[in-house]
Amino acid sequence: MGRNTETLNQPTITPEQIRVLEKLCNAVAVSGNETEARRLVMDQIKPTVQEMRIDALGNLLAFQKKESQKPLRVMIAAHLDEVGFMLTSEEDKEEGIYRFELVGGIDPRWLAGKPVQVGAEHRKGVIGCKAIHLTTPEERRNPFTVEALRVDLGGGGKAKVGDWGTFATPFQKIGGSLRAKALDNRIGVATAIELLKYEYPALDLLVAFTVQEEVGLRGAKVAAHALNPDLAIVLDCTPAYDLPLQVEDSFYPLENERYNTRLGYGAAIYLSDRATISDPRLVAHFVRTAEKMGLAYQFRQAGGGATDAGAIHLQRAGIPSISISVPGRYLHTPASLVRIADWENTLRLVYHALQSLSVDVLQTER
Amino acid sequence: MKELLKTLVEIPAPSGYESQVRNQIREWIEPLVDEIRVDPLGNLVAVRKQADAPRLMLVAHMDEIGLMVTHVDQQGFARFVALGGVMPIHCVGGRVRFLNGVQGVIGVEKNPTSSEIPPLEKMFIDVGASSAEDCPIHIGDVAVFDRSFVDLGKRVVSKAMDDRVGVAVLIEALRRIEKSVFEIYFVFSVQEEVGVRGATVAAFGVEPDLGLAIDVTATGDTPKGHRMEVRLGKGPAIKIRDAGMLADPRLIQWMVQTAEKARIPYQREILEFGGTDARAIQLSRSGVPAGVLSIPCRYVHAPSEMVDMEDVENAVKLLINLLQTAPRLEQPN
Amino acid sequence: MKTNNLSNLLKKLTSPPGLSGYEESIAREVEALWQPLVDKLSRNRLGSVLGFRAGSGETPRPCLMMVAHQDAIGLMVSAIKEGFLRLTEIGGVDQRILPGQLVQVHGKRTLPAVIVQPPPFLLPPEAQEGSVPLSYLWADTGLEEKEVRRWIQIGDPVSFNRNYLELGSDFVCSPSLDNRASLCALTLCLQELQGRKHAWDIWAVASTQEEETLGGAATSAFQVQPDLAVVIDVTHASGPGSPAHKTYPLGKGITLGWGPTVHPKLFEAFKDLAEKLEIPYKMEAMPRYSGTDADRLQTIAEGIPTMVISIPLRYMHTPVEMVSKKDLQRAARLLAEFAATLEIDFMDKIQWDETPKP
Repeated sequence: MGRNTETLNQPTITPEQIRVLEKLCNAVAVSGNETEARRLVMDQIKPTVQEMRIDALGNLLAFQKKESQKPLRVMIAAHLDEVGFMLTSEEDKEEGIYRFELVGGIDPRWLAGKPVQVGAEHRKGVIGCKAIHLTTPEERRNPFTVEALRVDLGGGGKAKVGDWGTFATPFQKIGGSLRAKALDNRIGVATAIELLKYEYPALDLLVAFTVQEEVGLRGAKVAAHALNPDLAIVLDCTPAYDLPLQVEDSFYPLENERYNTRLGYGAAIYLSDRATISDPRLVAHFVRTAEKMGLAYQFRQAGGGATDAGAIHLQRAGIPSISISVPGRYLHTPASLVRIADWENTLRLVYHALQSLSVDVLQTER
Repeated sequence: MKELLKTLVEIPAPSGYESQVRNQIREWIEPLVDEIRVDPLGNLVAVRKQADAPRLMLVAHMDEIGLMVTHVDQQGFARFVALGGVMPIHCVGGRVRFLNGVQGVIGVEKNPTSSEIPPLEKMFIDVGASSAEDCPIHIGDVAVFDRSFVDLGKRVVSKAMDDRVGVAVLIEALRRIEKSVFEIYFVFSVQEEVGVRGATVAAFGVEPDLGLAIDVTATGDTPKGHRMEVRLGKGPAIKIRDAGMLADPRLIQWMVQTAEKARIPYQREILEFGGTDARAIQLSRSGVPAGVLSIPCRYVHAPSEMVDMEDVENAVKLLINLLQTAPRLEQPN
Repeated sequence: MKTNNLSNLLKKLTSPPGLSGYEESIAREVEALWQPLVDKLSRNRLGSVLGFRAGSGETPRPCLMMVAHQDAIGLMVSAIKEGFLRLTEIGGVDQRILPGQLVQVHGKRTLPAVIVQPPPFLLPPEAQEGSVPLSYLWADTGLEEKEVRRWIQIGDPVSFNRNYLELGSDFVCSPSLDNRASLCALTLCLQELQGRKHAWDIWAVASTQEEETLGGAATSAFQVQPDLAVVIDVTHASGPGSPAHKTYPLGKGITLGWGPTVHPKLFEAFKDLAEKLEIPYKMEAMPRYSGTDADRLQTIAEGIPTMVISIPLRYMHTPVEMVSKKDLQRAARLLAEFAATLEIDFMDKIQWDETPKP
C-alpha cells in the first residue's frame, strides 16, 4: 500500500498528478452539489485507504488507521466544493434564459461575457451581456450586477430552476504554471489524494473531503465533530494578490504590501485569518520542518478569509488546527493560476510535517 | 483590588496569545481550587468541586484586542491587521508593545482629499528601524496597546480593562468565598475578542447547567455618547440583551432579586451592539441558561478604558451573593 | 380539516406575544394544544417545547424532528425618559412601520401604548430627514412618569397589538403569522397523526429565539439527535413592490426549499409526495442559506439531513402579515403524510449515490 518512507523519498508532481488535478478541476461541483468531485476522489483513493464513508451532509471521510498503541489522530481536510451559481428563475423557457444567484464569494465584475456550464450534464451556455454598440458611455461606467445578468443556454428545456453551474474554463498547463477554474480547492483535494498514497507510522490519518466550505464551512463542522481528532491540518488554496502596484508616487519606491501570498515563494502557512488563529505549536512545527527540509514557505498575511479550520478548531472541546495553502492568483474567477513548484513545495511540506508529527507537538500548553 | 487589577492589565496578552496572563492567573489560583487544567485552545479551567450541586460556569476572558504584523517594508515600517475589534480612531499616534518587548508608534498616511478617519490599511507601526533587515519585528508578530495603569482615585484607567477587570472580579470572588450552592467552574477564556471562540469549546468541555459571563459593558454617560442608560458608579449591570443574545429571564430575575436582597446597587443593561462569552455558553450542546454580570466601562476598546472601583467592588459582592443562592430554573419566568 | 377549527387554532396561536427570549406565553399555549396529541411533553433548556410521539416500528426506531419557531419579533423598553419609553428591537423590525403602531408593554402590568415620531425640531439634524431611526421614536403609554416607573422597567418586552382579521374567504391577517402560521400547520399535522400510525418516532418542536440566534432549534436538535429534520417557516409572498421572481403568490401553494441547506433526496421525497397528493408547490431556490432554523440545524453534531417547507406570507415582519388558510392546510397535510408514510428504512434510501457498499 505505501512506499518506503526514507527521508529522501518524497512526493513529486509529475504528469500523473497533473492529470488527476485536471480531472478534478473540470468537474462541476458547486457548494451543495459536490457529487461529481466526490466520485472522482473516491475512485482515486480507493486503493490507498482502509475505510471510506459518506456522512449526512455528503462529506467523504477516509481513514488510514494504525493498530499500534495510541497513535496521534490527525485530521486532514480539503474542501470539495467550488464557487458558482444557481439558476433561480426561468425568464424565457423557449430561449433558455435564466436569472441566477451566486453561490460563494464571487465578484460580479468578472462574470460578463464568459462561457459557463450548468448541471450534471455540463450543459454549455454563457453569461452574456449587451453589445457595446448598444450601450452608452454612461452605462459602461457602472458595473454589471448579478440582478442584471442572465445565463443563456440557448434553446429551451435544457436546464431548470435549482440547477447549479460554474465557469467552463478548460484546464491548461502553461510552462511552470497551471491555469484552470476551481483550483480553489481542487489543488487541496489533489494534495490530500497524493498524501494518502504514503504511510505515516505514528499517525491515524483521518481525511475529510468536505462539502459546502464556500457557503459557511458547513461540512468541516460536522466532520470534525464526528472524527474528534487530536489536531487538524487544512489544505486549501489562498489568494495571491502579487500584481504590480498602480497608485500615486510616494517618497520611497512602491511596494505591494497587501499581496496576501506570492506566487513562487512556496507553501503558505496561516498565522491568523478571519476565522482562526492557528495553533502556534503547529505553526512552529511546520516552520521547523520547512527549514530542515529546505522547502520554500511563506506566511500568509493575517486578516480576511477563512478556511475549514474556522469550523474545525471550535468543535467539541477544541481542536488545535492550522491551514496550509497553495498560493493562487484570480481565485473565485473563471481562470485561476498556480505555480507547479509552489504546489510541489506544499505537498512536500505537509508530507514531511506528517512524517515528523508525534504526540510531543501538543505537550506544551498553547 | 487596585493592585490586582494593575498587575493584570499590564500583562500583554492579545487574542490567540494569552499564555503570559494565563500563567500569572494560574499561579494565583491554583492553591485555591480542587482541579485546574488548560484545554486544547488554551482556556484555563479551574474547579471548586461539589457533589450533587448544579454546575455553574463563570467565565471572564483573558485576551485583549491587539495587532498582528502583515508586512515589514524596505524602510522598516510594519503594516498590520487587527486581532479583535480595534477601531482606527484609537490607533493614530498610539503606542504599541510587542510580545517580544519591542515598542513602537502607530503612524498614518496623509489623505489630502478627506478628513475622515483612515482605515487600518492606511496605518503602519514605526519601531524606529531603518530597513527590513534591521527591524526587530517580522510578519506574524503580535502587539497590544501600550498604556500603563492610572489611578484617578474612585476611578481607574488602563488598556485591557476589557476584560482583565472581569478576570480580577473572578479571582477576588474565588479568594473570598468558602461555601457555595454550586459546583463552580472558573473559566478564564481565550479569543473572546475574535468571536467568543475560547468559551465555545470551554462550554462544550465543562457541560454546565447554567453560565454567567463577567465582562465589561459600555456606558451612555459621556458627552453625546452611546444612547444607553448604563453609567459609571451606579453599580454593576445585569445584562438583558446585547447584539449576541437575550439573557435568560430566569437568570435576570435571580440576579436582580439577589442584588436587591443584599442591597447592592445594580443597573439594567441593554446593549445594542457587541456580544460576550455568554452567547457561546447559551448555544452550547443542548442549550444552557446564560446571563452576564457587566462592569460599566467608558471608552471600551480604546487604549484608556475607565471603570469605577465601587462598581468593581459591588460586582464582586454581587457575584459572591449569587454563589449562595441558586436560581429557579424549573419555573420559566 | 375544518376551516373553523383552523381559524380558532390560528387565533389561539397568534394571541400570545411570545417575543424571542420571552416565549413563555406562547409556550404554554403550545403545551396546552399539544398535550392531547403527544406521548410526552417537555421543555428544552432554552425554552423550546418538545412533543414526542412514539412510532410503531421495531426498535431501534429512527426519529424525525419537525420544527416551527414559536418566537415572534417585537420591541423592548431600553430607557424611560419623562415617562416616555425608548425602544430597541427584538428580531428584525423595519422602523418605518412603527409610527402610529399600537403596542402592549409587558411590565409588572401589561399597559397599552402607541409609538410616536417626534416633530423634526425635537430631533438632532441627522435624524430629521428621511425615516426616523428607532432610537428616536417614543412609546407613549398616556401615563405620568411616576405611574410608568411603577409598572415598567428597562428590559420589558413590547409586542404589537393583536388584531386578527379574516379577509375574503381565504386570507388571514395578523401580527406574528411569522411563524405562528407554521406552528399552526405543525399542530394540525399532529392532529392528523392522532388517527394514524407512523413507523418513526416523531419530535414536534416549537423552537425559541429563531429571530435572534436560531438557538432554540439548534440546541433541541443536539438534545434529540434526530435522523431527519423538517423545518416549517414562512417565505415571501408576492405583493405590491415585491419582485415577482423572488416571491410566491398567496393561496397558490407552498414552497419546497432547494439548496445546500436541504438534503436533495429529502427534497425529492417531499416533491414526489406533493405531486401524489396534488398539493401545489414551487421549488424555492436557496442558493446559500435558507434564513430559517435549518441553517443551524443542518450542522449540529455529525450533521442532520434537513428539509425546509415554507408558507408564503405577505408583509413579513409587520403587524399586518397575511397568509392563505389553504396554504396552511396544504403544509399541514404534506407534513402529516410525510411523517405517516415514512418507511422504517428511509435513511438507507437517502444515502448519497456513491456511498461505498460494505
